[in-house]
Amino acid sequence: MTAYIVRRLIQAIPLLLGIVTLVFVIVHAAPGDPTAMYVHPSVSPEVIEQMRENWGLDRPIHIQYLRWLRSFLTGDLGVSLTQNRPIVSILAERIPNTLILSGTSLVLIFAIGIAIGIVQAVRQHSTLDHTLTLSALFIYSMPSFWLGLMLILVFAHKAHLLDWWPAALTFPASGMTSVDYDLMSGWGKLGDRLHHLVLPSIALGVASAASVARYMRSSMLEVIRQDYIRTARAKGLPERTVILKHALKNALLPIITLLGLYLPFLFSGAVLVEYVFAWPGMGRTIVDAISQRDYPLVMATSFIFAVMVVIANLIADILYAVVDPRIRYE
Amino acid sequence: MNEASGRAEDRADGGRALTAAAFIPGLAHLRRGRRRAGLSLLGLALAMLAVLAFSFDRVASTFTAGRVDYWVAMLTLAGTLAAAWGVSLRAEWGRPRQRAEGTSQWAIAWREFNRNRVAVLGLFLMCGLYLATLLAPYLTSYEPNAIGDIAATRHLPPSLDHLMGTDKFGRDVFTRVLYGARISLSIGFVAVSISVTLGTVVGAVSGYFGGAVDTVLMRFVDMLISFPRLVLLITVIALFEPSIFTVIVVLGLTLWPATARIVRGEVLSLREREFVEAARALGLASPRIIFRHIVPNVLGPVIVAATLGLGNIILIEAGLSFLGLSVQPPTPSWGNIIDGGREYLVQAWWVSTFPGLAIVVTVVAFNLIGDGLRDALDPRLRI
Amino acid sequence: MSAPLLRVENLRTYFHTAEGVVRAVDGVSFTLGPGETLGIVGESGCGKTVACLSILRLIDPPGRIEPDSRISLRDRDLTAASEGEMRSVRGNEISMIFQEPMTSLNPVWTIGDQIAEALRTHRSARPAEARRRAAEMLRLVGIPNPEQRLDEYPHQFSGGMRQRAMIAMALACDPSVLIADEPTTALDVTIQAEILDLLARLQEQLGMGLIFVSHDLGIIAQIADRVIVMYAGQVVESGTADELFGRPRHPYSEGLLRATPRVGRRMRRLSVIPGSVASPKRWPPGCRFHPRCPYAWSRCREDVPPLPGEARASRCWLEEEPARRTGGWDELALAEDH
Ligand SMILES: Nc1ncnc2c1ncn2[C@@H]1O[C@H](COP(=O)(O)OP(=O)(O)O)[C@@H](O)[C@H]1O
Ligand SMILES: [Mg+2]
Repeated sequence: MTAYIVRRLIQAIPLLLGIVTLVFVIVHAAPGDPTAMYVHPSVSPEVIEQMRENWGLDRPIHIQYLRWLRSFLTGDLGVSLTQNRPIVSILAERIPNTLILSGTSLVLIFAIGIAIGIVQAVRQHSTLDHTLTLSALFIYSMPSFWLGLMLILVFAHKAHLLDWWPAALTFPASGMTSVDYDLMSGWGKLGDRLHHLVLPSIALGVASAASVARYMRSSMLEVIRQDYIRTARAKGLPERTVILKHALKNALLPIITLLGLYLPFLFSGAVLVEYVFAWPGMGRTIVDAISQRDYPLVMATSFIFAVMVVIANLIADILYAVVDPRIRYE
Repeated sequence: MNEASGRAEDRADGGRALTAAAFIPGLAHLRRGRRRAGLSLLGLALAMLAVLAFSFDRVASTFTAGRVDYWVAMLTLAGTLAAAWGVSLRAEWGRPRQRAEGTSQWAIAWREFNRNRVAVLGLFLMCGLYLATLLAPYLTSYEPNAIGDIAATRHLPPSLDHLMGTDKFGRDVFTRVLYGARISLSIGFVAVSISVTLGTVVGAVSGYFGGAVDTVLMRFVDMLISFPRLVLLITVIALFEPSIFTVIVVLGLTLWPATARIVRGEVLSLREREFVEAARALGLASPRIIFRHIVPNVLGPVIVAATLGLGNIILIEAGLSFLGLSVQPPTPSWGNIIDGGREYLVQAWWVSTFPGLAIVVTVVAFNLIGDGLRDALDPRLRI
Repeated sequence: MSAPLLRVENLRTYFHTAEGVVRAVDGVSFTLGPGETLGIVGESGCGKTVACLSILRLIDPPGRIEPDSRISLRDRDLTAASEGEMRSVRGNEISMIFQEPMTSLNPVWTIGDQIAEALRTHRSARPAEARRRAAEMLRLVGIPNPEQRLDEYPHQFSGGMRQRAMIAMALACDPSVLIADEPTTALDVTIQAEILDLLARLQEQLGMGLIFVSHDLGIIAQIADRVIVMYAGQVVESGTADELFGRPRHPYSEGLLRATPRVGRRMRRLSVIPGSVASPKRWPPGCRFHPRCPYAWSRCREDVPPLPGEARASRCWLEEEPARRTGGWDELALAEDH
């Protein structure tokens, strides 16, 4: 097991190097001199000249590349042009917020998707199955940002106009906390945060949940046909044990690989959803940075996004090995 | 009734039916019991005639307005009517089409696809959408970008005059959604063509040659796939000026890895098959083997990926427009109409709502077709 | 003879598919006494597996056990039992082992867990106790180091070992009937013999009734006391093993036996009888075997031969017109040679 993890870790290294290189190439493929991207109203020409020298932009390209590599590997992501502080410290604030949002969505996606997939497989061809399949089709064809806007429209602005609408089901339209957050008690703070998480995490996760449900259904149907399920039934186990113990664990195997596939998708969605909900995460950061032409920040953020995907894939692989004994002992 | 007399009656009837069928598209098919083909031809012709009748003044103004839009619409209208007529007449006079014919892979797939009712529904939806975008100038009396008396027309709720209301500049949202469809659909179409072509070539080369070529290409694919799509896209687009052209090129150049992986997998299994071995033994050049023998065989999965990819790309493009990184206002695209309505979401909910619904319907249509194609072309992938 | 342990009467299991009704098992009757071994033999596709699964009521829709079928365990009518009652029968009173040891064990749970599970379900055994018993079972079926192998996964076992584990699992709750559906078909010849010996030994030791299914007459001859021969969803001949192998009466059994070079040796494929089983959606009229039968005459094509209710019986018109048994398989074989 340990050997397996170490092997996967080692395999990830060239990938990370490649990602750094790709970002470098993108920067240099931009039209004009690479320094052109640092031309910014708030940056004086002298500073740019200074940068040129510091970063060795007048050196040959391979030297520049090595410097670039060194600075990324040492965790020096440069300085934001608009905020005048190290990008590392900006992202250190933002990454946790993105992780909170994506993490919540991820839990939602897999919990709901798997549960619905099981129900659909067990009741294959029932009206319930058909209804859920149809709804899923519509749900995963929805743009997340539009769904976010619709949720805001209904649950933040319109629903509470109805007399009977419970106040607890009116959700804030933006931000991570209320204005009076600092005055709240410990539990109050947690409640406030959760309250703010509801709409964005639904907007972000519901499409993927529909697609997980779809995969889970087919995976479950595949597993239910297997010989070992018949063996389990022949043992006299109750149907619930057959499904939740014998079928579920096997059906989950292909779903775990989806975890790694969904994360990039989820982060893409996070860019839009954070923008819609004014959620101070990395997605919001990169969108703002683009509109303010803060290119070093854009590059660094997209690099960190890619690194997070690589890490997530690693975790998915390891999780797979934990669940599937056949890999563990290879 | 006995069969012989029935047929005789049929023949006697033939003369009258022939004249009727010549005037009413679809009748010939209906008479032959091909209900779906008949009804869709009939519906199509009726729809075109309805457009002609209800917006006659706009059709007439084609000749005075002098805009390409109007001419495109005119051609579409006339072309569709003529096509419906032609197909109908061919069914009546042409040589009787053989029904059970076609055992080629594609004929079988087409029959399989036709049996899938929701997939056919998706196909109809898609054709309807394309027709609607082409006929846009005839379907609405407003101009997409014309700003009139803002005070009087601003934020009007949906009504018969403005099916989807008006936006903050008093522009008709229905018109903008209709014209926006053109942008979204064509960007999707071109970008998918680029990325699928690129993906097929890279996948085929990688799978066919294997070894170092394969390793390098696939590591590159791994790298591209590590970036969340939208992040990669906005990062690259941010370095250029956002425009339709940039968006199409960047979408086309960044979305191919998925296709490449599929094609590579197919090629790896094909490579070992007899006909490829035979071609190699004959000493055929590699490019020839790849394009003549391998690519045609992976076309099925590629078409499926392309159709499902179209839905996906429309969603991505909408996201880019929403962030202001694609088509720039005032040119409408679904994403930027939604973005435009965001500011006044509460006062004028319709501005952001309807374009979103248009996206959902379009993407559903492509997904239905894609699923249907997958079941028809590649039963192994059925889920 | 003692009272039967298991009695199957007129069992009919049909699959109501979109393409038509598949009459996979069509009126099968037999009995099984305590300590007895009943062999069921027939070409693949003749309905052996479906019949066995029907006894445990493990047929999934669109399959259905048709009304009027009766399966009784001692005096209990299993066709009328509730699903809950059936669960307490499965793995407890009647156990079953399957043809494919490679796929019949759940790959993601340990062997020990899968054996102990039956005990926990039926005996409400506590984990430690169930584990001890599971180890005991593994030792019983001849797996060395049972304590250690309990914690291993199926992929760490060889095919023969897995089948032993399956047997251990099936016998954990001391069932009175064990149904073995081609338990050796997927195994190497040497392993086959080992498993066969093991089953015979365990049956003697534990005194259960054993239904042993195979398409291999050689194996059936080794292990069975009584034999029924199935063809096209029906029983065509029944009798003791000696009777059947000594003097087969049904042309099909005759053909099967001819195809077996020598009793006790692994044989070539059964399809050496010319032709193949018809589709269960449309069985031939009259005697279902007549299209392949060397003796068939007009009556066989029109009238359905009955199967007398005796212990030694054959579903064939030759029983009434023995004089027509001339030529037969040898002539057919000669014709084929030329
Ligand atoms: N789920 C099912 N649906 C339709 N037909 C089935 C099904 N299961 C089995 N059958 C049919 O029942 C017949 C008997 O099968 P089986 O009992 O497995 O034969 P065998 O004697 O080889 O064990 C076969 O012809 C098979 O086609
Ligand atoms: Mg069988």
